[in-house]
Amino acid sequence: MKYMLLIHQGDTPTPRSPEAWASLSEDERKAVYADYQAINQTPGVTPGLGLGAPETATTVRVQNGKTLTTDGPFVEIKEAVGGYLLFEADDLDAAIELAARIPAARLGGAIEVRPIVEW
Amino acid sequence: MVAILEQVFRDQWGRVLAALIGFLGDFELAEEAAQEAFAIAAERWPRDGVPSNPATWLVTTGRNRAVDRIRRDRTLAAKTRMLQVPEQAEDRVSPTTFPDERLELIFTCCHPALAVDAQVALVLRTLGGLTTVQIAHAFLVPEPTMAQRLVRAKRKIKAAGIPFRVPPERLLPDRLLAVLAVVYLIFNEGYGGRGELAAEALLLGRALAELMPDEPEVHGLLAMMLLLDARRDARFHNNEIVVLADQDRSLWDESQIADGRIVLDRALALRGRGPYVVQAAIASLHADEPRDWPQIAALYGELARITDSPVVELSRAVAVAEADGPQRGLDIVDHVPLEDYHYLHSTRGELLRRLGRPDEARDAYRRALALVHDDAERRLLERRLAELDTATGPAR
Repeated sequence: MKYMLLIHQGDTPTPRSPEAWASLSEDERKAVYADYQAINQTPGVTPGLGLGAPETATTVRVQNGKTLTTDGPFVEIKEAVGGYLLFEADDLDAAIELAARIPAARLGGAIEVRPIVEW
Repeated sequence: MVAILEQVFRDQWGRVLAALIGFLGDFELAEEAAQEAFAIAAERWPRDGVPSNPATWLVTTGRNRAVDRIRRDRTLAAKTRMLQVPEQAEDRVSPTTFPDERLELIFTCCHPALAVDAQVALVLRTLGGLTTVQIAHAFLVPEPTMAQRLVRAKRKIKAAGIPFRVPPERLLPDRLLAVLAVVYLIFNEGYGGRGELAAEALLLGRALAELMPDEPEVHGLLAMMLLLDARRDARFHNNEIVVLADQDRSLWDESQIADGRIVLDRALALRGRGPYVVQAAIASLHADEPRDWPQIAALYGELARITDSPVVELSRAVAVAEADGPQRGLDIVDHVPLEDYHYLHSTRGELLRRLGRPDEARDAYRRALALVHDDAERRLLERRLAELDTATGPAR
């Protein structure tokens, strides 16, 4: 089975906000980088491409043939997808175990595990 | 014959369905196949006699029916695990028995990626063999809601890749807790009055104890359910709650209490000290006369430490009041953070009454009455309040 793991940063401190990032200890910051690296090297994982901050998103709708744009993500900034990766795994348990290793899951965010449908 | 058929269905549904799911890898397909197999049995067995191994016959028949169905639908065939199934005549029962996969089934149904209400419904449907209608009635939910809950859960198992297996060692402790919680929840629903659910939970508990003979908490849960359920007939009189101290002991099921204690001994021999084992030990002490209140209080203390639950702390207060007097109990109650829980206030009321403080007791019972939802519980509180008035003169 293939899964997409959608990473929601939530309240997770990230380098994008230097103040919040500084709230983590040196060791914790190192662990975040090391963990992402280890995850990206896990067999079965296809790392996602880097996404810009949710604040840089533009949301597009079409109404009566007219393209309408709004500033920001479709959901609230805090609920927006911050990143993703693909994982080829035996079953949902394996995907859940990988998701639990993603730093955002323990630092105030959450990971959504979605099966990929193969037609 | 009808009775025999019903008994076989009742006993074998879970095993037959588990085997078919294990073979077909699809809950919905397996359920249809199992239903078909049981329907064919209902038609043939009265005429041809019951086969020597009914379960194997049912699995083989269900399997063959599913294979036929899939052969008819080639697109489905491409998506299932069963292309290399050998041709088999329906009635030519293979001499080998099939593996018991009920444990795989219950762990799959209680997977934490499913909502708890869906886990409960799935367990009752697949292992218990209850119909959707029966489950809907038991949980006071409209039938279409329950049907949808079951369909959605079965589809999620397939679409999200929830594995059909007993979890590996590193996941087992957490996952076993989830399974036990579902069985306990079913029992609790039944304990509140709907007896058929309590009986169902006992069957599930017995099956688990048979399938996982070395897990102390499995035996602990079964022992606790047996011991509590043994007092079922004494708990209500004319639809009114009878508290333990007032129960007619001749209505207790003594042989079930003995059974429960044997199972508890097994749990203790396995060095079980988990929450279910401790609760079973408490239930066992409650079945003694006179009751050993200091020991009961000590066990509630242990349970409160394990579970960190204020509800348990409240139960400890009641036991301490019996062991060391109402004031000691009240001291504990006054530190329990459950202001919105009616039982806290009714306990305070009872302890205050014993301490000869009727006005405060009355206030406490009134607060409890304002919070209670269950009708039988409400009437019990009203009786307590009335007794207080008779004993001390009318309220001012």
